[in-house]
Amino acid sequence: MALGWLAAVGLGAGLLMAFGVAPREATQGNVQRIMYLHVPSVWVAYVAFAVVLVASIVYLARRAERADHVAHASAELGVLFTGLTIATGSIWGKPTWGAWWTWDARLTSVSILFVMYLGYLLLRGMIDEGDRAARYAAVLGVVAALNIPLVHFSVYWWRTLHQPPSLMRPGGSMPGMIVAALLVNFAAFSLLYLYFLAKRVRLLRLEAEAAA
Amino acid sequence: MERRSKETLNALAFFSLLLLFVFQFTLGPDRERLAAALPGILWLGFVLAGLLGLGRTFVLERENDCWDALLLAPGDKSAIYVGKLAGNVLLMLVVETLLLVLFTFFFNVDLAGALPALALVVALGTLGLAAVGTLFAAMTAQVRARELLFPVLLLPVQVPVLLATVKATEAVLLGEPLSAVAHWLKLLVAADVVYVAAGVLTFDFLLES
Repeated sequence: MALGWLAAVGLGAGLLMAFGVAPREATQGNVQRIMYLHVPSVWVAYVAFAVVLVASIVYLARRAERADHVAHASAELGVLFTGLTIATGSIWGKPTWGAWWTWDARLTSVSILFVMYLGYLLLRGMIDEGDRAARYAAVLGVVAALNIPLVHFSVYWWRTLHQPPSLMRPGGSMPGMIVAALLVNFAAFSLLYLYFLAKRVRLLRLEAEAAA
Repeated sequence: MERRSKETLNALAFFSLLLLFVFQFTLGPDRERLAAALPGILWLGFVLAGLLGLGRTFVLERENDCWDALLLAPGDKSAIYVGKLAGNVLLMLVVETLLLVLFTFFFNVDLAGALPALALVVALGTLGLAAVGTLFAAMTAQVRARELLFPVLLLPVQVPVLLATVKATEAVLLGEPLSAVAHWLKLLVAADVVYVAAGVLTFDFLLES
């Protein structure tokens, strides 16, 4: 529960930083502020999919039901935050690029992750026996994660009109307050993820107990 | 078993022919447009035929209630995977060869010059497609709505293979040397290794009772 309050306070602080403290960006104007939601979302999404991989391997090795619940919950959150990333990116893209969607490298690879893990959730939903669902999903969780680098490189070579990520651009420097606002939101989103994960895992465990 | 795979092959051959009609109707008679779209529709044909063919990998076991026999099979289950994979690769290569012949015949394109390079790209792409396809076919064999779930799972995972093969085919058909697409070929090899290894290592977990 404490985690929930912590996440709430963090999100509040993040909003305050994003709108109150961080300066207005010179070229993009206020539109740039959506970055404070967009970048932490995609960070959480990637963390969530990494957790799916680890939990899937643990499940296959040890057959701990808890690991399966973590993988399941984390996949759901990963899809949620990938969706959030795409949505916020679209809202940013419309005024900046003049289009809701372009088939550029990063958009494409993130949307492929989105459909890949949507398929993972679909598979889980279509298997009735819990044990089989857990095993099959774990295998898919491993294959999907192994596929992420392949997707990344193929899409990158296929189409790269892109700007490098703002955070790691060489020579590019962001004002301290922008970085600070971003970091606060990173922390807040990570807390939110952990809070959701804990809640969802608990829920899945109770569901399993109720079904047993 | 023998007879059944022949049935699948016949149906797939017929399906390939139908695909050509569809491509012709949708693209129209414009030769240039066809040439530009050729690598894409070629692989679209391979993938559609692959989805149908690969999805039937375990149909025999399911229909004859011998799924349990797979579970009870002694020894290393990964041997079953490798066997099924080899069968699928063979089946797909036959269908793909047929599609290529039909393409050259009906669309009057000359593939002969690029054939060795094209064969390499097709072989690498087919292995990747079949490696994941065989694994996912086992995964969906016992699941509700498997006809739907199989392509839904397979297509997103196959994006790297698709991009690499289409791009490499495009370059090969333009007469470029293989060295021009070395990065795509490397990606295909990497994908093949990763997929086959993943299949061999995880197939065991799909066949537990």
